[in-house]
Amino acid sequence: MKHAPSEKHTLSIIVDNESGVLARIVGLFSARGYNIDSLTVADVSTDHAVSRITIVTSGPPPVIDQIIAQLDRLVPVHRVLDLTELGPHVEREMALVKVAGTGDKRVEALRLADIFRARPVDTSTNSFVFEVSGSTEKVDQFIALMREVGLVEVARTGVVAIARGAEAA
Amino acid sequence: MSAIQPADTSREMTGAEIVVQALIDQGVDTIFGYPGGAVLPIYDALFAEGRIKHILVRHEQAAVHAAEGYARSSGKVGVVLVTSGPGATNAVTGITDAMMDSIPLVVITGQVPTHLIGTDAFQECDTVGITRHCSKHNYLIKETARLASALHEAFYIARSGRPGPVVIDIPKDVQIMRGPYAAPTAAGHKTYKPQTKGDQTAIETAVEMLAAAERPILYTGGGVINSGPHATTLLRALAALTGAPVTSTLMGLGTMEHRHKQFLGMLGMHGSYEANMAMNRCDLMLCIGARFDDRVTGRLDAFSPHSKKIHIDIDRSSINKTVRVDLGIVGDVGSVLEDMLALWKARGHAAQDLEPWWADIAGWRARDCFGFKQQGPALLPQKAIQRLWEKTRDQAPIISTEVGQHQMWAAQHFGFDAPNKWLTSGGLGTMGYGLPAAIGAQLANPGALVIDIAGEASIQMNIQELGTATQYRLPVKIFIINNEYMGMVRQWQELNHGGRYSESYSDSLPDFVKLAEAYGWKGITINGPDDLDAGIDAMLAHDGPVVVDCRVTKLANCFPMIPSGAAHTDMMLEGEAPPTSEPDEDAKALV
Repeated sequence: MKHAPSEKHTLSIIVDNESGVLARIVGLFSARGYNIDSLTVADVSTDHAVSRITIVTSGPPPVIDQIIAQLDRLVPVHRVLDLTELGPHVEREMALVKVAGTGDKRVEALRLADIFRARPVDTSTNSFVFEVSGSTEKVDQFIALMREVGLVEVARTGVVAIARGAEAA
Repeated sequence: MSAIQPADTSREMTGAEIVVQALIDQGVDTIFGYPGGAVLPIYDALFAEGRIKHILVRHEQAAVHAAEGYARSSGKVGVVLVTSGPGATNAVTGITDAMMDSIPLVVITGQVPTHLIGTDAFQECDTVGITRHCSKHNYLIKETARLASALHEAFYIARSGRPGPVVIDIPKDVQIMRGPYAAPTAAGHKTYKPQTKGDQTAIETAVEMLAAAERPILYTGGGVINSGPHATTLLRALAALTGAPVTSTLMGLGTMEHRHKQFLGMLGMHGSYEANMAMNRCDLMLCIGARFDDRVTGRLDAFSPHSKKIHIDIDRSSINKTVRVDLGIVGDVGSVLEDMLALWKARGHAAQDLEPWWADIAGWRARDCFGFKQQGPALLPQKAIQRLWEKTRDQAPIISTEVGQHQMWAAQHFGFDAPNKWLTSGGLGTMGYGLPAAIGAQLANPGALVIDIAGEASIQMNIQELGTATQYRLPVKIFIINNEYMGMVRQWQELNHGGRYSESYSDSLPDFVKLAEAYGWKGITINGPDDLDAGIDAMLAHDGPVVVDCRVTKLANCFPMIPSGAAHTDMMLEGEAPPTSEPDEDAKALV
């Protein structure tokens, strides 16, 4: 069942905002040998009762089906949405990228940041911290370019995603 | 202690009183446990509480297995009460066992007070962390106000959908503080809503596929038993209407009368030749509450290659997990079978002409795969179990087992005609399961004949529970198939490891008769075929607990057997030459 080609899927998991729920989900992935490419979690309701977990995972379609079925039977899970399967959706991630340098490198870093619509959120005479957001590919590409102008370190949020259109998925 | 009244309205109680009241309101009359520092307030609330009988085991693992035996033989939720730290960790094997075999349990564990959690306090362990993946759900209750609803939820979750164990960890201060109590309501759960009714279109398709099949087989499992006695009746009705052969997993034995002409016996690694051949050659497999376990399928790429497969299961994640099926129906077995039967009748389907199919099956049956020849002075284990069955069948006994060869021989040679009579650790394969399970079953069925068919190695894993049976005057029988080996380990070493019997012998065995007597039991020895009937008769004649040490031939193997990594069609039968060479590495790596 595991020989079909691997696919990347973005899952949105609506869960009770209770202690241990993240451990339950992460533990399920590790115990059953599923991949987590990225994971984000935050409270998304006004009464703090519900969180949305976004997991980017990869595997052959039968494994993706199993992942969804396994997640769905956890007691605190309200629902599991396979955004990749459901259709049009927006995926974004944000990164904070620190670069250090002076002279031409510093100027080039600023020029590249402008092209990527990355904003400097911290600066010193020999460094910047840029905030960049967009698709994973865009963030990857920005970071790759920053390597050539003095990349120091990176922090990324991982992907958050939501279905397009007026309806809740 | 304060008297606990029937609770109709919300009112204040201590956490410990809430626990006891919730158990009473959930209809619990028996719990299995062991006290300790972190559960003393609950034990205090239980003191002189006449409506709940507490069974004091000798080890927390046994408390859980006893609750499993109670649950499986009664259809009720089993309840366990243990302390923090070692109390909880000792219970983990039992909790995992219940998880693997889908047994409804509520396990209450004490915890150090909330302000000490995370400080490595005395007898502290991260119980919810440890049990997160071996329970269906678990809770750490940090406020007394949350306790009543969590307990009621736990019972609901344990018994609904695919049943399983639910752990509730209660810090000692939460047991002492006062909080509101509310009785259980009929409302389900806000997020956990298992689908019990099958999809009607899928059911229609299933009925058409079944009606059109030329070589159908019903492959049934523990889900039929978990669905309740009604599901067994419906299964038998479906078998009668379709005329199809039926096979069962280890967990499902008893749902078909074992001598029914349509029943092919257990399937899988030590199942019958006819069941496995029929699974291999069928054109339609209807899987009812079973999960395509590796003991059942053998080599996956050779598993039933020419069949369409339908799978009915209440757990969606069981469908397409290891074997891809053509049609999955998520729902309770009883509900789906009821719909299928109604539809079959409404559409006026007649049973197909299955004559050619039954002729094939008759050919496989003729191999007499469970046959054995008792000759000479050494007693064959198969013979011992067959006679035990013949001499007790009129009493419809409840049989528990330990794990190993004796377990498989019991499954092969003991006949079951009703559900909830066969208690065995299938998924986890826990040695030491049988004696506590028998104790639990005896408590749930006071008048029944309950026998633990054991091995001399397994029985020692929870032998201390002899004392529990003595204390509560439970007339449990233990029938030890004693071959002085961990027989299944030895068999695998013979077949897979060149007969190098590394550490698989039973040395320094106790004198089981004297051991039984030391605990106030009766002890009987059966030394050979000539003693067998008299020994069983003496066991049955004694109205208290009995240990029978039944000495059998030492090197018998359990056949038929599908060797590791082999297909159903590669079964080894008794008397066939074993493989001359050791298996390859891939096969050796399988369990």
